[in-house]
Amino acid sequence: MTSQAVISGEQHGRPGPHDQSAGAGDGGPSPADRPAAAGATTAAAPITMAKALNLGLHAAMAADPKVIVMGEDVGTLGGVFRVTDGLQREFGEARVIDTPLAESAIIGTAIGLAMRGYRPVCEIQFDGFVYPAFDQIVSQLAKLHYRSAGRIRLPVTIRIPFGGGIGAVEHHSESPEAYFCHTAGLKVVACSNPADAHHMIQQAVRSDDPVIFLEPKRRYWEKGTVDARPLAELPPGAASDLHASVVVRTGTDATLVGYGPTVRTCLDAAEVSDADDARSLEVIDLRSLSPLDLGPVLASVRRTGRLVVVHEAPSNVSVSAEVAARVTEEAFYSLESPVLRVTGFDTPYPPARLEDHYLPDVDRILDAVDRSFAY
Amino acid sequence: MQLLTPTGHRITVPEEARSPGPDLPTGADPPVSKPRRADPPGGEPTAADIDLPAHVADLTADDLVGLYRDMTLVRRLDEEATSLQRQGELGLWASLRGQEAAQVGSGRALGPHDMAFPSYREHGVAWCRGVDPAAILAIFRGASLGGWAPAEHGFALYSIVVGSQTLHATGYAMGMARDGSDGAAIVYFGDGASSEGDVNEAFGWAGVFGAPLVFFCQNNQWAISEPTRRQSRTEIFHRASGFGFPSVRVDGNDVLACLAVTRWALARARSGRGPVLVEAVTYRMGAHTTADDPTRYRSAAELDAWRRRDPLDRMRAYLSADGLLDEDRERRIALEADTLAHDLRARCTTMPDPAPTSLFDHVQVADNELVSTQRAAFTAQFGADGEDGWRDGPPGPNRPNGPNGNGRKGGLVAGEARVSEEAW
Repeated sequence: MTSQAVISGEQHGRPGPHDQSAGAGDGGPSPADRPAAAGATTAAAPITMAKALNLGLHAAMAADPKVIVMGEDVGTLGGVFRVTDGLQREFGEARVIDTPLAESAIIGTAIGLAMRGYRPVCEIQFDGFVYPAFDQIVSQLAKLHYRSAGRIRLPVTIRIPFGGGIGAVEHHSESPEAYFCHTAGLKVVACSNPADAHHMIQQAVRSDDPVIFLEPKRRYWEKGTVDARPLAELPPGAASDLHASVVVRTGTDATLVGYGPTVRTCLDAAEVSDADDARSLEVIDLRSLSPLDLGPVLASVRRTGRLVVVHEAPSNVSVSAEVAARVTEEAFYSLESPVLRVTGFDTPYPPARLEDHYLPDVDRILDAVDRSFAY
Repeated sequence: MQLLTPTGHRITVPEEARSPGPDLPTGADPPVSKPRRADPPGGEPTAADIDLPAHVADLTADDLVGLYRDMTLVRRLDEEATSLQRQGELGLWASLRGQEAAQVGSGRALGPHDMAFPSYREHGVAWCRGVDPAAILAIFRGASLGGWAPAEHGFALYSIVVGSQTLHATGYAMGMARDGSDGAAIVYFGDGASSEGDVNEAFGWAGVFGAPLVFFCQNNQWAISEPTRRQSRTEIFHRASGFGFPSVRVDGNDVLACLAVTRWALARARSGRGPVLVEAVTYRMGAHTTADDPTRYRSAAELDAWRRRDPLDRMRAYLSADGLLDEDRERRIALEADTLAHDLRARCTTMPDPAPTSLFDHVQVADNELVSTQRAAFTAQFGADGEDGWRDGPPGPNRPNGPNGNGRKGGLVAGEARVSEEAW
C-alpha cells in the first residue's frame, strides 16, 4: 500500500482503502477538475487521477531528458483527457510531440527512438484505437529484446485510457488488456487511484521493458491525495512496486480482486456488504496484470476461502481466467467454493445506453459473493 | 544500354536486355542506368540535377574490383546457403540472387555512423556491414532469432513482418537528428512492402519530421507470386512526391549507379534535407524462398531476359573492358569465394543447437517470475540440456521421443518435409 497516499481510510469505515471521492462520479471530463499546467502541488490537496498522471509525467520528464511524450493531440491540446496538459509548454515541442494520426507509426517510431536511446511515452488516444498498432506492439516492441538476445532494450511506455462508463461512442470504452497480457515481453499495468497513478506512471517510464499502461478513463476525475514529490525523493517503501498487487481493504469472509476501474466498484461492494450482510470482504487491487503478483491474492484466499474476480473486459480467456486457474493450481485446498468471476459480457461493447447493464456493478459483485457462499 | 560509370567510362549491354521489364507496361522505358526522378512539391532540384558520376569519381581501380568481389562473394554465400537448405541444414533460405548490385552498391555507400534497417533478404548489405554470414544462416537454421549486435554493425536485425522496419528506421532517424548525429539511416524494403500501411505511415512521418532517412526500395518485380503492378498503379518511385520528398529510380542491377545514387541520397539526408526514396529496379532471380516455386507464376523467357542483365556479368564486362579484371584476379576472387563458402558450410553444419534453457533467456530485461518458474520446472523435468526427462520410465510408443515420434530436433526441417509430402 502506498502509505503516503492513504489519507482517509476512515471514510470507508475500515483502515486501508485509498481515498476516492465518491462525488467525482462517473461523468465525463469536468472542466473544473481538469489539471492546470504541471507544477508543484502540496501533498495535502486532493487531486484527480488525470492531474496525478500529469504530475507524474512531468516528474518523469524532468528526471530524464531522454523521456519524450508522443501521441495524437498530446501537445498543444494537452491530450483529449488533458493528461499531458502543459507538458509541451514546459518541455517544448521536441519532447512533447503531436504526431500524425497513425497508431502503428506512433509505436513503430517509438521503437526506433528507443533503439537510439530515448524513452518514449506514447499515448494511444482511446483503447479502441490501439489495434492499428497491434503488430508493432506484439510482434516488434514485445519481441526485439528476445530476438536480439538482450542487446536491444525498448523502454517504451504506452498509455491507453481504457474501459467504459463515460457514455462514449463505439471504440471508446474497450478493455483490451488480455491481448497484451498474452504476449511475452510486455508488461501490463492498470492504475486505479490518483496516488498509484502518480507513482506508477513514473515507474513505468523508468522500466527498461515496454509497459502497457492502462488508465481507467471513468476514474480520471476522481480525487485522492497524492504525495507529489518525485519518485526519487520518496522514502523507501512509500510507493509500492510497479508490479505488486495490494490489499486495499482488509476483510475476513471473501476476497474480491479487481484492477483499474473495478477496484472502486469492489470497494463499494465491500461497503454495502459490510452494512447489509455483515460479510467482511477483502479487496485486492491487482495493479499489475502482467506479470501477475498473486502472492497477496493467494494469502487472502487461504484465509477467506472464497474469491471473486472483477473486471470490465469479457470473461473468455481473460485476466480473471488466469487468476482463477492459478489460484486453483496453488490454493486448491483452501478454496471453499469455485473461483467466480464478474466481468463484461462476451459481446462487443454495447451502445452507451446499455453500458450500465454490461459493466460489473455492486449488485452483480454481491450476487457472486452470495453464490460463493451458497456452495 | 549504358551503364553509369565514372566519368568517361561507358559500356554496352546486350540488345535483348533492353526489352522492357516484365512488369513495365508495353512501350514504357526499361530500367535504365540514368536515374529518373519524381519532383517533390515546390520544384526543389533533385535527382535530375545530380551529377551522379561525381559521386563515384573517387573510386580507384581496387575499389571497382572490390565491388565486383563483394558481389561475387555474396552470390557464392547465397548459393551455398541454398545448397545447405536443400541438404536439410537450413529450414529455409531467402535468396538474394539478382539483387547483388542493389545491395552492395547501396551497402558500400554507408558510412560508419549510418544505420541500416533490413528486411530479411539483405544478405549483401549485411556483408557490407561486417555481419558474420554464419549469424544469418543461424536464423534460417532455427538456431537464433538475431545473432549480431545492431549497434556495433550499424545494421539492425532482420525484420520478417513486411514493412514493419520502415517505422523503426523512421524513429531511429528522428533520434539521430535529435542527437546531432552526422549519420543517416537507410531502410530496405520491396515492391510488395510498398503496399503496407507501415511503409506509407513511415513515408508520412519521415516527410513531416524531416527524418534523415533513405527509403531504399528494391523493386525485384515479384512479391512471392504477385507482380509489382498488383501493388501499385503508379511507379513506386512516384509515391514519394505525394509525401513531399524527392525520389530516384535507378537501375538496380548497376552497382555503380546504386552506389552513386545512395551516396547522393545519404549525403542529402545527413545534411538535414530530409528523406529520399530510391527505387532500385532489379529482379529476384531465384525463388521467393526455398519453399517457393516461381515456375508457377512467371515465365522462363522473363527469367532469361533478366539473366542477360545479371549484375555480376555487367560489372565483369565493365571491368574487363577497362583492363581492371584479368583472369588471374578473377580466379583469385573465385577461390576466395569458394573458401568462404567452404568455411561457411563447415560452420553451419557444426553449429550447435542453442542450450534448451536459453529459450527462457531475455524475455524481458527484468526478472519475470512466470518465466523463471517455467525455466525451473523445465530444468527439473528435462535437465539443463533438455535430454534427461522421462525419469519415471521410458517414453511411451507415441510420445515425442518414443520410437514412433519425430524427435524434438530438426522440427522445422522435418515439418516442412511433412507438409510437402502430405500436401502434394
